[in-house]
Amino acid sequence: MTTTTAQAAELTEPPGKGEAAIKTEGLRKTYKSSRGDVEAVRGIDLDIPAGEFFGLLGPNGAGKSTTIGMLTTLVAPTGGRAWVAGHDVVATPVAVKRRIGVVTQNNTLDMQLTVAENLQFRSRFFGLPARVAARRADQLIDAFGLGDRRHAMADQLSGGQARRLLIARALVHQPDVLFLDEPTAGLDPQTRVNLWDILKVLHDQGQTILLTTHYMEEAEALCDRIAVVDHGLILAEGTLEQLKEDAGAVTVVTVRFEGQLPSDFAERTGLAEHPAVTRVETDGDQLRVFSTEPEGVLGEVISQGAAQGLHVRDAAQLKPSLETVFLTLTGREYRE
Amino acid sequence: MATTFQPPRGAGKNGAAVDAPSAGDAPVAESIAALITDAPVPAPTLPKTFGAMMAREFRVLRRNAVSTFMRSVMQPLLFVFVFSYVFPKIGSGFSMGGAVASGAGSAAAAGASASASGVSFSTILLPGLMASMFLMQGMFGTTMPLVMEFSWQRTIEDRALAPVPIAVLGLQKITAGAIQAFIGAIIVFPIVLLVHAAGQAPSVHVTNWFLFALIMVASSTVTASLGLLLGTVMDPRKIQMVFAIVLLPATMLGCVYYPWSALHSIRWLQILVLINPMVYMSEGLRAVLTPSIGHMPVWAVLLALVGGTIVFASWGVRTFRNRVVA
Repeated sequence: MTTTTAQAAELTEPPGKGEAAIKTEGLRKTYKSSRGDVEAVRGIDLDIPAGEFFGLLGPNGAGKSTTIGMLTTLVAPTGGRAWVAGHDVVATPVAVKRRIGVVTQNNTLDMQLTVAENLQFRSRFFGLPARVAARRADQLIDAFGLGDRRHAMADQLSGGQARRLLIARALVHQPDVLFLDEPTAGLDPQTRVNLWDILKVLHDQGQTILLTTHYMEEAEALCDRIAVVDHGLILAEGTLEQLKEDAGAVTVVTVRFEGQLPSDFAERTGLAEHPAVTRVETDGDQLRVFSTEPEGVLGEVISQGAAQGLHVRDAAQLKPSLETVFLTLTGREYRE
Repeated sequence: MATTFQPPRGAGKNGAAVDAPSAGDAPVAESIAALITDAPVPAPTLPKTFGAMMAREFRVLRRNAVSTFMRSVMQPLLFVFVFSYVFPKIGSGFSMGGAVASGAGSAAAAGASASASGVSFSTILLPGLMASMFLMQGMFGTTMPLVMEFSWQRTIEDRALAPVPIAVLGLQKITAGAIQAFIGAIIVFPIVLLVHAAGQAPSVHVTNWFLFALIMVASSTVTASLGLLLGTVMDPRKIQMVFAIVLLPATMLGCVYYPWSALHSIRWLQILVLINPMVYMSEGLRAVLTPSIGHMPVWAVLLALVGGTIVFASWGVRTFRNRVVA
């Protein structure tokens, strides 16, 4: 019969875990090394229902890939628990692997095989008979526009083609959850939009997707819900609107002056008392004002600076966005 | 969903390679959707997945058939050509005890001592070269692919995501490597039988086919297991070192060119080489193929080969799992 391991695993599952496609409780990963331990993930809680397009957004090194690694059984957690499609990733990794499709950040195509063979053998790894696997491969090749590369070796593909093949390969066995680790990193804009369209169609068909990205537009364009991650922790989580709301829906005005700012600049100019201003930060020659009112703040700052004899060198205004959310949460500019 | 497709920041400055979009390159939405709605239901089982992985190995092996074949043929062919054809031909004018080349001299000396008991040097070489082929194929068939899969892009993740325990993947690697080693050793057979000077044919007497098969299989598995272990513990950047510190000494001191019993005059070496798995392959094959030459007792050989397989395989699978799952 079919997979005895997977069925046995289902019986040992705690009840009530089945509804969430992905659930984690205090998930941690500390890498031991001779030069001191590295806390890559420091306790992450996720609850992602089936059918959701969820994004883990954070700068490089935030712990996103490690989190995906743990959810896809390729990284062993050092703390907490995680379930994917109702199966514990540590106790029943095979049951998890049966139900997930993974697009790794690096190109893990089988370079010894052709495009078609990559799909055929992956299908056969998941128990499809050779004939069915060949048909499934053809279907995937056509859908992903790889028809003229069918018999090319996997290492002869362009970056965009390789990424499409990686996604196609992750879909051979109808996974419950599709994981995508930085799927568009290093791709040109057109190829990226092309991939976004594919992912949107998959999502419309009810595919549960967990995506990590360090591109804010990508998270904004695709995800139902977003978790902002940095230094191994979730800083905020919700829909794009919720995130903006929670962060105070602020417009962030950043002005750099020629010369150092006095540390009491905000108080002296009355900016701190302005009703729309929630926060003022001064750092050397730079002033950053968080305001709930998008209009007027920039002009106010510039004229106040002029009144203090300070000339503006550079000014920028960010409308409420993931970037302002990140700024509000961390006080740091988003580094991609 | 309301989205704007502005070109993402950072794409250009990352120096990304631009894909030239070709006609008919763009995926079609309906066919993408059909991938979800119109998908075959997978039913993986351990034997099916294992079988598919083996099928993948054979596909690759077939694709690389020429290079694999050359690798398997050239070494034994050149060896027997020099030792069983060239040396016997020039042997009459060849000063044995004198200041002649050391390696060739000792080999020829072993040949001479063998000749004394009425066997040709090719009789000594046949099991030895088969053993050396086992090791070489075990390394090339298991260690080298692993080193590639663990380095850079970590393509090992491709198969690590297949629905089987990681240990099974490790055992599959051993199986694939063992089959390659087995084929490699078999190829030696006709070469040694055919390439030799007149009167220098090896004397082969297989009395126990079952024992012969057992030693062949155990030799294949022990080298493939060792290959898995080396491939998982070695730093990919230092893989060249494996050849210097493992392959070369194991071959030169593996009783390939001389029987173990002939080492009795260098007692310390005779004992020291017992740590070398090659010795047991050479001697085991001598016992079942060319019994006219003095050889180790078969029980000792089987103990070493089967025990070695168990030890190296379980150790290798462990280190393999630790490398795959970070």
